[in-house]
Amino acid sequence: MTEAPLGLTAELTHRCPLHCPYCSNPLELLQRDQELTTQQWKEILTQARELGVLQVHFSGGEPLGRPDLPELIEHTADLGAYVNLVTSGLGLTEQRLNTLVDKGLAHIQLSVQAADAERANKIAGTRAHHHKLVAAELIKRTGLPLSVNVVLHRANHDQLEGIIALAEQMGADRLELANTQYYGWALRNRDQLMPTKEQLAAAQPVVRAAIDRLKGRMQVIYVVADYYEEYPKPCMYGWGARQLTIAPDGTVLPCPAASAIETLNLDNATTKSLQEIWYGSESFNAYRGEDWMSDTCRSCDRRGIDFGGCRCQAFLLTGDGAATDPVCRKSPDRELVDLILRTPVKPAEFKPAEFEMRR
Amino acid sequence: MKPRLKRGVRLTYDHTRDLQVLLYPEGVLVPNPTATAILQLCDGDTTVDEITLALSNQYDGVQAQQVVDVLTRLADRQVVEWS
Repeated sequence: MTEAPLGLTAELTHRCPLHCPYCSNPLELLQRDQELTTQQWKEILTQARELGVLQVHFSGGEPLGRPDLPELIEHTADLGAYVNLVTSGLGLTEQRLNTLVDKGLAHIQLSVQAADAERANKIAGTRAHHHKLVAAELIKRTGLPLSVNVVLHRANHDQLEGIIALAEQMGADRLELANTQYYGWALRNRDQLMPTKEQLAAAQPVVRAAIDRLKGRMQVIYVVADYYEEYPKPCMYGWGARQLTIAPDGTVLPCPAASAIETLNLDNATTKSLQEIWYGSESFNAYRGEDWMSDTCRSCDRRGIDFGGCRCQAFLLTGDGAATDPVCRKSPDRELVDLILRTPVKPAEFKPAEFEMRR
Repeated sequence: MKPRLKRGVRLTYDHTRDLQVLLYPEGVLVPNPTATAILQLCDGDTTVDEITLALSNQYDGVQAQQVVDVLTRLADRQVVEWS
């Protein structure tokens, strides 16, 4: 039986001052004139709360790029949902931050690209790092819990210890160290981003030590590089099970990367109710339960653990959204992943010229 | 020992599900009635003994150790801390 959703990611805009080459936004970025209006967002957020959503993540792009952010936060907090802001920190002045907190913001996730300014600015494609140090200090002053989000890849894995130290200095309550997931811009730049086996092996003891040492002070979460794993990630805890994402133009997505699945018939929240879309739409029902599964998954006793893995990854690598995630060692397509991992890599140095930076 | 909710943790009533829910960064917990009663007293001022006493008025045979056990589990989930 389908249960009510718990979380909504509201991608308010695709516009962003950063140009990270691993951005999870689609390659075809939506423009300002395609974005929903304030009133449209408010109606969607109201529907989401009625549907059961308890956590709202304002994301993007850079959500601070929307002048109506305080109004949307106030509306969401008044509905009784927990409000989270996922930000680059650029444009977060003390005055703006205090307004957001007054309106009911409960938690901030601040992205950090690397341990030092030189490397971080290269990865972000702009002078962003010092803004993040300032933003972290301002956030701490408000008393709000702070999560630091870091996407790991070949050009910053060597700085892992420095990154953990930086998050500590920033006073983070949580640190998310997430190896790159290959969708959107990250897929385009996969050859340059893929960490080496050696880098991942070196990271293990560093992460383990940090988790132990910082227990009770800073929660450290490490998201593995799934191409190197034997079994796929339990993506979204199942398709259409807990979360939904709304794109800047109102497209309703079962996961933030789902627009990659070209065969999926996606609905828009401006033309259908969220209730209808969550429970009744073709896109949200496409991979619910087990009927859609390949024989490999349906006969596997891990199907209740990983739900067949990631649908977007299955589509992007095999062309079939219902295939077993090719990361799985039982997948008939695992060779596709092994071939990618066997591709020789260049040294772990970040040269922007080698990347296609996000626009 | 005075427990309190960690920063950014909120105990609230979900009218959609008709349940008490605990909301915190990146998570939702549905505490059972006993845990809810304990969480409502996690204000940084009330001691474990006082919480035990308060719960004894609602439930039979409440022991301080049981309250500590619940609080320890909640502390492990990063939603409660000791002050």
